[in-house]
Amino acid sequence: MKTDPKQYGSLVKKASPPSPVWKDCLWAFVVGGGICLLGEALRKAYAAWGFTLTDAGAMTSATLVGLSAVLTALGWYQKLAAKAGAGTLVPITGFANAVVSPAIEFRCEGLVTGVGAKMFLIAGPVIVYGMLASVAWGVLWYLIRPFMGG
Amino acid sequence: MATRRGDTLLFAKPPSITAFGAVGGKKEGEGPLAAGFDLLFEDNTLQQDTWEKAESTLQRHCLELTLQKAQTTLDKVNLVLAGDLQNQCTASNYTLRGLDVPFAGLYGACSTMAEAVALAACLASAGLVDRAAAMTSSHFCAAERQFRTPLEYGGKRTPTAQWTATAAGCCLVQPAGNGPFVRAVTFGRVRDYEVTDINNMGAAMAPAAANTILQYLRDTGSRAEDFDAVYTGDLGLVGSQLLKELLEAEGVSLDNHADCGLLLFDQAAQQVQAGGSGAGCSASVLCAHVLPRLRAGELERVLFLSTGALMSQTTFLQGESIPGIAHLLELCATKPEGEAAG
Repeated sequence: MKTDPKQYGSLVKKASPPSPVWKDCLWAFVVGGGICLLGEALRKAYAAWGFTLTDAGAMTSATLVGLSAVLTALGWYQKLAAKAGAGTLVPITGFANAVVSPAIEFRCEGLVTGVGAKMFLIAGPVIVYGMLASVAWGVLWYLIRPFMGG
Repeated sequence: MATRRGDTLLFAKPPSITAFGAVGGKKEGEGPLAAGFDLLFEDNTLQQDTWEKAESTLQRHCLELTLQKAQTTLDKVNLVLAGDLQNQCTASNYTLRGLDVPFAGLYGACSTMAEAVALAACLASAGLVDRAAAMTSSHFCAAERQFRTPLEYGGKRTPTAQWTATAAGCCLVQPAGNGPFVRAVTFGRVRDYEVTDINNMGAAMAPAAANTILQYLRDTGSRAEDFDAVYTGDLGLVGSQLLKELLEAEGVSLDNHADCGLLLFDQAAQQVQAGGSGAGCSASVLCAHVLPRLRAGELERVLFLSTGALMSQTTFLQGESIPGIAHLLELCATKPEGEAAG
């Protein structure tokens, strides 16, 4: 054919509709912000019930994770995420969804080889590189701490 | 028998697609072609405990109802040519596990239906089978968990992504009959135009479709406008646009083009992004839309191509580009003049 792969690459670029960035951003901002607002309301409520600020923070995370797991199991989280994108992906609820959804999906392949092995299919890399980053920052902090007056 | 001209096999006595059946899931039942399906399921589990079993059940229903429509039984079928998208073609393997009939499994990704019908037509034309069934399927949920992410994972689809159809199509091909007839077939060549985006399959497959159409037109000396329609498998919105541009550069204008991926779903209302895809997409559109229209006399002569993207999850993760393939069938409602009716 007369069109070579390089020319074809530019045709593909022109023919492929881009993601609606502004609309996607707006959805992500509103839904992501909403989840954070809910988190803040929960934290205040737990604090008002007499928990320490540290405990209130931990309980807020646990509540959001639990809520996300339930909504994932009901199939609602995915429906919201299809519109909200990063708004549901970035908060702690997105992490819970990433763990619960493969656990449900691969249940039919056994509790060990299915649920156990596949549960961290999506979240695994986040944990690996999250820990690597924290170790790297720990070393860096150790080295620069004497100069920081700490 | 057939004669070969270039890559195209022309049948002197065109085999007949005596019966055909289409089965679909919920979303297909809400789409524009719902009325053409023989059987639609409200529940995509089909009362099975895994998606893989559901797809096999879809195939079994499709084969059974096609045989019913042909008023024949499985023991009169000499060969089933079937394929699907699951690893090792297990949807077909497990369907045929329960059926006592010779079986040849095929894999050409979403191009498998045209491949299966083309092979069945070759065998029928050579008198090697009295009845051969060509069948393919796909299931959205089985494909998602294999190729993408778990169903409940909160991912966002890109505008170029396509929606795997939950559907199956089956054609019973015989050496003679009342049609529609398979007049010629062109087996495609693999084409890789260095597309690496797994969410833009239409773009990966369009060069293969263009190549097969050009090959057929060259081999037979025909023009695209000689046909009532040129159907492609599942190029979707992006691939269809690219196909037209590629052919225009070759001096071929494709004004009578329709794409199965865009016919099966209402692209805007059903939120399927760039359109439908999957081995069951072109199979079900062939059996629920194209063949019924040929039989009703609404169409006389068409080209039908199924297009496949031949990558795997492994090659994609290793950064390989996506090779495409397209197989072509020339279908006509009546036998060409000078040939006795079957």
